[in-house]
Amino acid sequence: MNLDFSPEEIAFRDEVRTFIDKSYPKELFGFGGREDLSREQYLAWHKVLAKKGWSTPSWPTEHGGTGWTSTQRYIWSEENARVDAIMPLPFGVAMVAPVIYTFGSDEQKARFLPKIQSGEEWWCQGYSEPGAGSDLAAVKTTAVRDGDDYIINGQKTWTTLAQHADWGFFLCRTDPKAEKRQQGISFILIDMKTPGIEVRPIITIDGSHEVNETWLTDVRVPVENRVGEENMGWTYAKFLLAHERSGIAGVARSKRGIEKLRAIAANEVIDGKPLSEDASFASKVSQLEIDLTALEFTELRTLAGEAQGKGPGPESSILKVKGTEIQQRLTELTLEAVGHYGAPYLRGRPADGSNTYDVGPDYAPHAAPMYLNMRKTSIYGGSNEIQRNIITKMILGL
Amino acid sequence: MDFNFTEEQGMIRDSLSRLIREKYDFETRVGVVKSDSGWRPEMWAQLAELGLLMAPFSEEDGGLGGGPVDVMIVMQEFGKGLVLEPFVPSVVCGGGFLKHGGTAAQKEEHLTAIMSADSTFAFAYAEPRGRYNLADLETTAKKDGSGYVLNGHKAVVIAAPWANKLIVTARTGGGRRDADGISVFIVDKAAKGVSTRDYPTVDGRRAAEVYFDNVSVGADALIGEADNGLGLIERVVDEATAAVCAEAAGVMGVAHAMTVEYSRQRKQFGTPIGKFQVLQHRMVDMFMEHEQSISMTYMATLKLGEDEVTRKKAASAAKVRIGQAGRFVGQQAIQIHGGMGMTEELAVGHYFKRLTMIDSEFGNVDHHLRRYTTLSAGEAKLAAE
Repeated sequence: MNLDFSPEEIAFRDEVRTFIDKSYPKELFGFGGREDLSREQYLAWHKVLAKKGWSTPSWPTEHGGTGWTSTQRYIWSEENARVDAIMPLPFGVAMVAPVIYTFGSDEQKARFLPKIQSGEEWWCQGYSEPGAGSDLAAVKTTAVRDGDDYIINGQKTWTTLAQHADWGFFLCRTDPKAEKRQQGISFILIDMKTPGIEVRPIITIDGSHEVNETWLTDVRVPVENRVGEENMGWTYAKFLLAHERSGIAGVARSKRGIEKLRAIAANEVIDGKPLSEDASFASKVSQLEIDLTALEFTELRTLAGEAQGKGPGPESSILKVKGTEIQQRLTELTLEAVGHYGAPYLRGRPADGSNTYDVGPDYAPHAAPMYLNMRKTSIYGGSNEIQRNIITKMILGL
Repeated sequence: MDFNFTEEQGMIRDSLSRLIREKYDFETRVGVVKSDSGWRPEMWAQLAELGLLMAPFSEEDGGLGGGPVDVMIVMQEFGKGLVLEPFVPSVVCGGGFLKHGGTAAQKEEHLTAIMSADSTFAFAYAEPRGRYNLADLETTAKKDGSGYVLNGHKAVVIAAPWANKLIVTARTGGGRRDADGISVFIVDKAAKGVSTRDYPTVDGRRAAEVYFDNVSVGADALIGEADNGLGLIERVVDEATAAVCAEAAGVMGVAHAMTVEYSRQRKQFGTPIGKFQVLQHRMVDMFMEHEQSISMTYMATLKLGEDEVTRKKAASAAKVRIGQAGRFVGQQAIQIHGGMGMTEELAVGHYFKRLTMIDSEFGNVDHHLRRYTTLSAGEAKLAAE
């Protein structure tokens, strides 16, 4: 056991750092982690990475993965977090793609993977429904066979960034009579331009438009868009959720968040001294950093296990719970740090497109919206209560 | 000892609660928040007609003879309805300065207008680099003949866009952060040299940055003693702190009730989620936090008239406990509502936002914990001597 980077790994880090410094779109500096980006802004770095062959590092090499070790992937996320990079969105790269390359047909692999890799096609996730949140197996959206097509009807919700999506992956009930609810579900890929799909915005408490309701009325989808076997969708869905969870810890980004918090605290003044020198505030930041270190080493152990061929298992629930608690705590402390200037609600960027506001320090207007927005993290991806249920059942055996 | 309300106080509560129920439903409030002005002057006038704005003032001053308990009753109801109108800035702060520090002439001119809603006050105390220290002032007021000339920048002045008058704290002597050398002024918002940058706040109210550029005021603008205003400021801020604690208790009660109700309706895994023990215990914890917040509100309110150290400790203790309770209750209300709690469409998120913002009003948990500690250390030192 050791924690040192090898000379090759140090050379890799330098290569990555140089590449990011040279190639990360200059106009996006300072935009990371902020709400309401345009489609082009979301995709700008993805497209640069695709040209370099680095947009999908975690994929198997035969499909265009980089073949990096877990240490290299760790370095990769650390270096991107340094500049707050707007990374490729998870819905295509990290969620549907592993399902397609693991369970999909050769035609599906050839049709979908290259455009996910290039950033040409944007994906959204059709999982949750109004009556199926934590209890995902309760999905009611139906897919009924009609010749070579399915006719799909139902309502999905919390479809993140579906307003930009070209394709969506949907859980649909194909056998309403199945003995167990989990047995009658199929995993279907749907072109979001198909007639009968309507995407309606849901505005969240921070005022942003990130999620949507997606209504499907007699949507006709070719049967060949089903991934894997009919009625086996639950297996693929669970596989995908475990993948989603392992990326959810956000260690590198939280480290960067703590750096930013420290910079804010150094600029804020309390009784004539920097807030960063205030004992009680400083100790709260230290506590957070210690918690993050515990999470980081838990993630490193998980990655090391994956490198030895263990897939992401129920342990990934630890990463989800602790990772999201830390992300939320970070936004709490940031809001505390900005004091009175947490209150002004200066929606969106200044009209001149700059980072400069005419009210309070430039870091302040995002503190409260981020705090509010990040409450979602303990709810989405399987709520933290559900994660604890998973650990109870799968690890403790209770 | 008696924790009962008088008959008059009960009537205040009932009439206000009825008004809010009838004219302050969630959809109406959403519309008001989105409107150009962000409030309803006619609602403010109606609250004045009900006598609410007179409630905490003595009969001698033209009020109804009530006090802090009446403020507490009003603010709890304001919290339950997420009422936007500026009771704390205008009545508790503006009225408080006049009540405790105003001359007969000042009361005659301004307090009467506050009670009738003909004047609306905002309290300009915070500064960009002063955080919650009420003495950390860069705004200056220089003696000029019999009057003063004000210069400076006040931050996040709640309700300033709705106000015609401002209470302004400024340094007339001493060094930055000195306890001495602070004075309090009434400034007409329309006075030459006053400019504002108005904006909405996260919890749906309005505030402004207020700039003073060589603003001349007369000798009659000074409230209380020149150079010796900090005691008065602290007193009024302690009263305002107790008032927002009462509001927070009202907000928490509704957020909790909504959550319990949601957990009865919302079914997952074939059962109402309120049947899951992990959520039951969480809601019990929310309940206990809310109950303790009411207790601390009573405690602080009833001690506002006691000696200075007792009053300060009481206000700080309440603000600490309620800041912590508000964060827990607000966050768990959202968590138990799940994705629905994250939507702008549901009321619970708006209760959460108000709770979040209350923490930073008149000093957050850390500030009041530090103040309480300093006061306790001072007492211990005195006792040792």
